[in-house]
Order: sequence, then structure tokens, then C-alpha cells
Amino acid sequence: MDKPSLRFDLIAVAELIKPGEKVLDLGCGDGSLLRYLIDTKGVIGRGVELSEEGVLACVRRGVSIRQGDLHEGLGDYPNGSFDSVILSYTIPYLNDPAFVIQEMLRAGQRAIVSFPNWGHWQCRLGFLRNGRMPVTPGLPQSWDSTPRARPLTIGDFEDLCKKCKFHINREIYLLGSHRISTRYQNLRATTAIFELI
Amino acid sequence: MPGSVGIVKRQSFIFAEKTPLVLDNGEKLSPVTLAYETYGRLNEDRSNGILILHALSGDAHVAGYHSPDDQSPGWWDDCVGPGKAFDTDRYFIICSNVIGGCQGSTGPGSVDPQTGQPYGLHFPVITIGDMVRAQHYLIDHLGIDKLLTVVGGSMGGMQVLQWTTNYPERVRSAIPIATTARHSPMLIAFSEVGRQSIYADPNWNHGDYYNNQSPKAGLAVARMIGHITYLSDASMHQKFGRRLQEREHFGYDFETDFAIEGYLRYKGNRFTERFDANSYLYITKAMDYFDLSNGYNNLSAAFTKSSEIVFLVVSFTSDWLYPTYHSKELVSVLTTVGADVSYCNIQSTWGHDAFLLEVETMTGLLTNFLNRIVSEFKIDC
Repeated sequence: MDKPSLRFDLIAVAELIKPGEKVLDLGCGDGSLLRYLIDTKGVIGRGVELSEEGVLACVRRGVSIRQGDLHEGLGDYPNGSFDSVILSYTIPYLNDPAFVIQEMLRAGQRAIVSFPNWGHWQCRLGFLRNGRMPVTPGLPQSWDSTPRARPLTIGDFEDLCKKCKFHINREIYLLGSHRISTRYQNLRATTAIFELI
Repeated sequence: MPGSVGIVKRQSFIFAEKTPLVLDNGEKLSPVTLAYETYGRLNEDRSNGILILHALSGDAHVAGYHSPDDQSPGWWDDCVGPGKAFDTDRYFIICSNVIGGCQGSTGPGSVDPQTGQPYGLHFPVITIGDMVRAQHYLIDHLGIDKLLTVVGGSMGGMQVLQWTTNYPERVRSAIPIATTARHSPMLIAFSEVGRQSIYADPNWNHGDYYNNQSPKAGLAVARMIGHITYLSDASMHQKFGRRLQEREHFGYDFETDFAIEGYLRYKGNRFTERFDANSYLYITKAMDYFDLSNGYNNLSAAFTKSSEIVFLVVSFTSDWLYPTYHSKELVSVLTTVGADVSYCNIQSTWGHDAFLLEVETMTGLLTNFLNRIVSEFKIDC
């Protein structure tokens, strides 16, 4: 089985996982994070992915994968049956993010959510100067080139957590692949990673 | 390059000679013959056995040829052989026929030892559970304690699921394809139309026809209905369209005008050369009775002992006979009981037949899944 090189934000997510954990990765794409966690930390991994291409890649990597929509099947996972439930770079594609995160916290001891930050100063400045929809450096793709996504900022996510009473246990901010402090993170960070409990 | 298993031979396992096989309906069957074929070699610790189970009209001949001038190979030759998904260089492949059938196993066309005459309708009504009960004696006979995988599509998939609920300790992984955990009313409806067409054939004679003409017309119509349900609107457009069969203009008669008519007539007639009408009745009945939640409070309860098995559930987007909701329900239930279940809903226009036709996708999926099972359970093969 091929050993994947991990996307920088996934490296930061992986560091939060302890050896031997039971991990559910929602919107796990080609399964590279799960494969990495199985190989390096001996986790028991499960993935959910919508695209057939992703599902076939996961099976190729030897990862347990369920094809499906996150709004449909999460209820099947028994309460607290995972140590960590991961939602990495998937939240912009969800119709009901609050529901999915609630389900993550029900099925898991904790939820790890990462996303590209559209609040980054380059996005703000670009929008002001050019009048074009901002392209986040954390996910550099134009509005018409990808599946329908809803941009969000670190501030938006914090508001959601407050509204839904999700407790933020830890937050990690990245500028490119480097960690940065929590000062003006909504302006400076290109990627945010939240641990919720 | 993937190859063929070459010339293979059907084998027979005869059992229940002294102690009869007790069936789900309480009746007894003795003796019982089960036809099967095997390819490849069983490894030293007998851990590389894969049991393949066939659909309604299938048989034990899953790959290779029966003779050098055999026109067509076994029914899943695309996926079974050296270098193929079920790689006979690595795995010991077993394909078992079902009781109630007519391809070498005990069924309504077999001679009833009590009377010396073919059973006909005196043959007991069997279930998918009975088919699997018989198969587990075959696996005992082959000296296999735990199968690496049990795999099958359609009715084969029902047997797979029955294996995982009835003999969970005998199965490491399971691959139910284009199937269901319980037959739907629509499926029962199609079965019944097929059966009615057999009953309506005067040659059927309440199942007593083995010394006379067999009800070929009735069986052919049943098979035609079956074939319609295995295709899809899109695949009929693709394969036949409104093309005419061997004529350039409408005949304005009742001969075969359209290619799709010719296809159905051909398939229907060919089927009567190899299949027994009574077996068609018994096997469709067994499928109609199939509901794994029977005897339990719900479907999850049936799978509580199956949580150690690694599942790969496969469905196809255009399969309207076993629509994907069947597979999704199964995956949902298996997830609830904590089983390790992978699920893939393959994009295809081929309808229910897709499980035999989407060779490239299936080969990748099956090969990779089996590689994972081999590595996780440290199987020597």
C-alpha cells in the first residue's frame, strides 16, 4: 500500500490524534489522513466520503470507507463510539454544519474541525480592490471551479460555536504550513483547526 | 496478464445420508448433493478460502471451461482466475451451487429416494437459510474453519448475508453485491409474475412433467421478465435502441420486429435448455421468503454477532431491481452494530447486471479490499 505525503493542514490535525485512538474522518477524500494515522499511530480508522473517486482511492489505500452524504448516515454511529471525529476542509460544503458538528460530538469524545479562512487579509483586500469573490490562500480555487462551497471565516466559526454551545478546547492557526499565534488570527491565518468537546 | 483457470470440473458433495438435513420449514431432506467447483490451492493453515455464491440462474461453474470446445467460460470468469480480482494464484476459490437448483444439486428434478420418481412439487420448499446450511457442511468437508471472504451478487449476496448472520465465526470478511437484507414487495411481485407464467403453461402439470414435455414456454416468459429487470432504461437504449432485428422495415406482423424483442426471445429460449421450471419456482420462493430480520425485533438484532466481520457492500446507481436504498439500509444497520463496513455505490448505466459488467471498477475494488483483508489478518498467500 502506498504511503501518502500529507497535506500541511492534515499534519497539524494528525498531531492532535493519540496512538490507538478510534477515529472517524468525515469527507475523508482519498483516505490519506486515515492511512497516515493507521500507519504511524495504529489508530482504528473509518471514513465517510461522497465521491466514488474518493471511495475507490480509500479502498485502494486499505481504508474502511463508507460512501454517503454526511447529512444522512451519521446517526448510525453509536454514542461516543469514537475518540476523535474529524471534519477537515469539508465544512464549506455542508448544508447544515451545526447539525453535522452536533453529530460529531455525539458519536465522538471530541470533534476536530479544520477549514480555510476566508477572513484572511488577502481575501479582504482582494475583494475591496477587485470586486471579485475572495479566493482564500488556504484553498486557492475560483468560485466557479469547484462544487458549491460556502466561504466562512474564523470569526464566523467562533460565532457558530457560541450559538450552538460547542466548547472550543483548542485552536491552532496556520499561515501556509507554519503555526502562528492567536493574535489577529482572523486576519493572519490561512487555515484554522479547532478541537471541540 | 490475467489468465484463465483453464479446464475445470464440477464436483459433488453428498451428505446427510444418515442424519437428514433439517430445513427451515421443519421438513427433512436426505441425502443431499451439492455441486461445487474449486480452483487454486488451499494454503497450509487453510486461511485463503473464498466462497463465491451465485445468483438465481447461476451455477457452480464460475470460471474456466468444462471442455476444450466449450463456447463460453463460467459466469464470473472476468473476475476469477490467475491475476484477476479473485486471484487463483493466491486464493482457494470455491463456488457452491444451491439446493433446490437444477445444476447438479438436490432439487425438485432429483429422484426422491422414497418413490424412485423425481420430487416435483413433493420437494420441500427451501429458504436461503437452507441453502447456506447445506453450504456450511461443504465448507466443513473441505476442512476450512474460517473463510477469508464470502462473496456474491443478487441472490448470491443474500446467501452472503445469511452466512454472516448464521455462521459469523466462519467468516472473516463478506462482500454482498447488488443485494438486499430483505426482499421487497416489488421483487416478490416480479417473482410471482414469473411463477404464474410457469403455472399457466399446460405442460407444467402441477410440477409433474419430468417424463413428458417440460413447460418451456412458461419458463421462457419468466426468464424474459427477469432479463427486463436486470437491464435499465438507459442500457436498453444503449444496447438496442429502437433498432429492428434482421429487417429494414416494420413487418406489420407478429414476428420479431425489434432487437430488444429478439434478445428477450433468445435469452428466454436458451434458458429453457439449461434450467428446470420447478427449480425456478423453488428458488424464487426462497428469495421471496428472504428477510434477515425474521425472528428478530429488527434487522440490527440479526447482525449483533456479525460485528467482527469486515464488510464491503457494493451497489450500482442504475440498479432499479435492488435499488441502492437496500444497500444503504444494510450499511446503516451494520454501522449501528459497530461492524467495519465499507460501502461503494458505483456509477453505472447497466442496471442490476452491472455487477457482472463493470469489470474494471469491480476488479479494482475487489482486489484492493482483499489485499487489505490479507494484510490485516496476516494471511499467508
